[in-house]
Amino acid sequence: MKALTIVSYQWKDLFRDKWLIGYALIYLVLTDALIRFGGGGPKALLSLSNIMLLFVPLVSLIYGVLYLYQSREFVELLLAQPLDRKSLFAGLYGGLTIPLSLAFVVGAGLPLFYTGVWIQTGFGTVATVFGLGIALSLIFVGVGFLFGLKYFDERVKGFGFALVSWLFLAVLYDGLVLLLVSTFSAYPLEKAMIGLSVLNPIDLARIGVLLEFDISALMGYTGAVFNRFFGSYLGFVIALSCLVLWIAVPAWRGLNLFNKKDF
Amino acid sequence: MWTRFRQIFFLVLMMTAVQAAKGQSIRVSPDGTVNTLEQALALADSNDVIRLQEGRYLERNIVIDKPVTIEGERNAVVDAEGEGFVLIVRADNVTLRNFEVQNAGISFMDDNAGILVEEAKGVLIENLTLTDNFFGIYLSKASDSTIRNNTLIASGERETQSGNGIHLWYSKNITIHNNTIKGHRDGIYFEFVEGIAITDNLSEENLRYGQHFMFSDHCTFTGNTFKNNGAGVAVMYTDHVTMTGNRFEHNWGSAAYGLLMKEIRESKVYNNTFENNSVGMYMEASSRNRVKHNDFINNGWALKVMANSMDNQFVQNNFIENSFEVSTNSRQNFNIFTGNYWSRYMGYDLDRDGVGDVPHHPVRLFSVLIEKQPEMLILMRSLLIGMLDTAERIMPVLTPEELIDKKPQMARIQ
Amino acid sequence: MITIQGLRKKFGSLQVLNDLTLQIPAGQATGIVGPNGSGKTTLIKHLLGLVKPDAGCIEVNGVHLNGSYEYRRHIGYMPQMAQYPENMKVRELIDFIIQMREEEPVFEEELIALFELEKEMQKPLRVLSGGTKQKAGALLALMFDPRILILDEPTAGLDPRSSYQFKQWIKREKDRGKTILLTTHIMSEIEELADHLILLVEGQVRYHGRQSDFIKSNEEQRLEGAVAKILQEVSV
Repeated sequence: MKALTIVSYQWKDLFRDKWLIGYALIYLVLTDALIRFGGGGPKALLSLSNIMLLFVPLVSLIYGVLYLYQSREFVELLLAQPLDRKSLFAGLYGGLTIPLSLAFVVGAGLPLFYTGVWIQTGFGTVATVFGLGIALSLIFVGVGFLFGLKYFDERVKGFGFALVSWLFLAVLYDGLVLLLVSTFSAYPLEKAMIGLSVLNPIDLARIGVLLEFDISALMGYTGAVFNRFFGSYLGFVIALSCLVLWIAVPAWRGLNLFNKKDF
Repeated sequence: MWTRFRQIFFLVLMMTAVQAAKGQSIRVSPDGTVNTLEQALALADSNDVIRLQEGRYLERNIVIDKPVTIEGERNAVVDAEGEGFVLIVRADNVTLRNFEVQNAGISFMDDNAGILVEEAKGVLIENLTLTDNFFGIYLSKASDSTIRNNTLIASGERETQSGNGIHLWYSKNITIHNNTIKGHRDGIYFEFVEGIAITDNLSEENLRYGQHFMFSDHCTFTGNTFKNNGAGVAVMYTDHVTMTGNRFEHNWGSAAYGLLMKEIRESKVYNNTFENNSVGMYMEASSRNRVKHNDFINNGWALKVMANSMDNQFVQNNFIENSFEVSTNSRQNFNIFTGNYWSRYMGYDLDRDGVGDVPHHPVRLFSVLIEKQPEMLILMRSLLIGMLDTAERIMPVLTPEELIDKKPQMARIQ
Repeated sequence: MITIQGLRKKFGSLQVLNDLTLQIPAGQATGIVGPNGSGKTTLIKHLLGLVKPDAGCIEVNGVHLNGSYEYRRHIGYMPQMAQYPENMKVRELIDFIIQMREEEPVFEEELIALFELEKEMQKPLRVLSGGTKQKAGALLALMFDPRILILDEPTAGLDPRSSYQFKQWIKREKDRGKTILLTTHIMSEIEELADHLILLVEGQVRYHGRQSDFIKSNEEQRLEGAVAKILQEVSV
C-alpha cells in the first residue's frame, strides 16, 4: 500500500518534469506522421515497432539510471520513516515504469486510435506491440536501476554501463550471432539461434514483432523452424517465461542491492 | 415414282433424325422400373435425356458410350463406394448436369476418377458436386468441351492418397469456368494441353498445387483464386501463357510459391494479386516474359528471380510491405525492372513528377545473406541488419549492382 | 534506551566505526562530538537503518534493528544539510510524509508558526534557501512528537532567531522526557542541551559519561577546552 502512495507521488513529480510529456509527445508525433505520410496503418504500426525496439530500451535504461540518482534525497528521506525498503523499491520501480509505459502506450496509441488504424490492423497486433513495449520498459528500467545502484556514487560509470549494455544488446549481440552463423555455417544452427535470441530481451521482442508482421517470410524456408518453435504452445511459453525472467531478474537483483545498500 | 419414293423416304429419314435429335426422356429412380444408371444407359438411344431422381445409386465404372444427357434432381447421388471409376465418358456430345458423384476409389495403379472423359469432344459437365473422389474430373485426349460451375471437394490427407481435382491430359480447347476445387492433390492439373481457358475458378486448400501445368502452350488463366494450397501454383515448360487478374494468396510453407514459373517463355502475367505468400513469384530459367500491373502485398519474398532467367520485364507493379522485395542468386542481372512502386523505397522526388529521383535497389544485402545462410532470418529487423543494408545500398558489394529500378514510382499504381 | 554492541563499519578500506559499544540512556539528551570523519554521521545512519553494519548489533527500545523498520515511527530525524525532492512543494512534502506514516501530526501548526513557514508552503523545495530547508527538516522531524530525536547538526544554516527557537523547543522536549541524540561542532550547544557526552575518535568511543564529569576530569571550565585537550593528546 505504501508503495502505491510512493508511486502516486512519483507520478506527480515525473509529470512536473517536462521530460516525460516530451517522451509521450515524441511517440504521438511520430506515430501520427507514420500513419499520415508512411503509407497506411499496418506499415505505420510496423515502423512504430521498429522504433520501439530501439528507443524504448534506450530511454528506459537512461531514465532508470538517472532517476535513481535523482531520487537519492527522496530515498534518504523516506528511509528515515517507518517504511521497509522493499516497499520503497517497489514504489520507485512502479513510479518510473508505470508513467514510462503509459507515456509510450498513450503517445503511440492515441494516433492509432483516432485514425482508426487499430481497427484496421487488428486489436491483437496492436496489443502485442504495446505489450512488448511495456515489457521492454519494465526490463530496461530494472537494468537501469541495477547499474544505478551498483554505481551509486560513480554516476559517469553508471551511465556508461547503461549505454554500453544497450549498444551490446541492440547491435553487438546480433553482430556476434551473425559471426557465429557464418563461422559455423556447416552445422545446423536453428536451435542455437533460438537459444541465443531468447537470451537477449531486445531480440525476443523483435521476434515477437516478426511473428506479427513477417509471418509470410517466417513460414518459408528455415523460417518455418523458428515459426514452428515460437508458434507452438511450448515455444510461446518459453519465450514468455524468458521475457518474464528478464523483467524479474534485474528487478530482483536490484531489490537485493537496494536492501543491502548504505545511503 | 422413284423420285417420289425417294422424296418420302428422305422425309421419313429426316423426321426420324429430328426425333432422334430431340431424344426420349428416361427416368431413373431407386424404386422405379429403371433403378440404375447402367440400365438407363442400356435403354437409351443417342440424344436421350436420362433423368436421375433423388436417391443414392451405388454403381461404379458406368460407361457412357453414346451422346446422352444425364440430368439429376436434388440429392441424386452416384456413389462408387470407394472402388474404381464412377462415370466413364467415351462418346462425343455428352452432357452431365446437376447431380453428385462420390467416392471414386483410391488406387496406386489406376487414376480412378469421378468422371473420366476419354477421347471425346463436345462434352459439357456442369453444376455437379464431386465429393471424395480420388481424381475429380479427368479429361484424356478430349477436346472442345466445357467444365463449369462444379464443386469438387476431397478430404485426402496425404498426397499419395489423393488425386487431382480437374486433370487434363493431351486435350485441346477446353473451358474451365467457375469451379471450386478443394482438398485434392493438385486442384487443376494439365499436361500436354493447348488453348485452354481457365476462368473464375477457386482452387484452395489442395495438398500440393492449386494449379499445376506443364507442356501446355497458349493457355489463359483469368480471374482465378488460388489460396492456401500446399505449394501454390506451378507452371512449367510452356510458352505463351496468359495469366491475368488472378489472386495467389496465403500459400505458406518452406516450398510454397504464389506462382512458380519454370522454363516459361513469352508469357504475360498481368493484373494479378500476390498476397501473403512465403514467396510471391518464383522464376527459374524463364525468359521474355512480361510481368506488369501486379500487386505483391505482404509476401515473405515478393519475387525470387534465379539468374538463369533473362529478358523478363517487371513493369509498373506494386510491391507493398513485403519482407523482401526481390532476391536472386547472382550479382548479374539480365532482367528489366522499371516503373514499379516499392513501398520500401526511401528516395525522394524533388521535381514532383511522381518518379523517384534516385534508383531503387530492391535486393537487400540481408536477402543475399539469407540466401547463403537461411538461419540468419532470425536477425530480421535487427538494427545491425538495418545498418548493413544501408551501407550496402550506398556501396553495393554483394548485391547485384545492375538490378535496379531507375524509375521507382512515388505512389502506388492504381 | 539505545544499545550498541560491537559495531563495526568499513567504507572501502576506511574503518569508520571500530568495535563501538554504547548505551544511550532513555529520557535524556546525549551529545556526540568528535573531529570530522570520526564516524558521528555514520553512527546516526546506523541507528536509522540507512547504513547496514558489518558486525555488531543495535537495539532501540529493545527492538533488534536487523531489517525492522516500524521502530522508526518513534524516531524524529533531522539530517545534516537536509536535501529533498526538488520539484515537491513544502506542503506536498509534509502531506506526503503524513500519508506515508499513516499518522496525524501533533505539532504541525505550532512548528509552522514557530519557523514562520506559512509563506513558504506553496514553494517548491528547489527554490528554498538552505536555512528554510533546514526548518522544513526540523518540522518533519518534530511534528509527529516522536519519543526519540536524532539531530545531525541541526542548527547549521539556521539564522540566530530560528536557532534559538529551535533549541528552546528541544529543551522543552527534553523536559517532556524525550530521548535526544545530538551531533554538532558547536560545543556550547552541547553544553546547553546535553546531559551526556560521547566523544568519538577514529570510530571508537573515547569518552562516554556525564558531560560535567568530562569537563571536571580534564580540569577545564568549558567543554570546548576539554575536547580540544583530548584531541590534542590523540594527535600526538
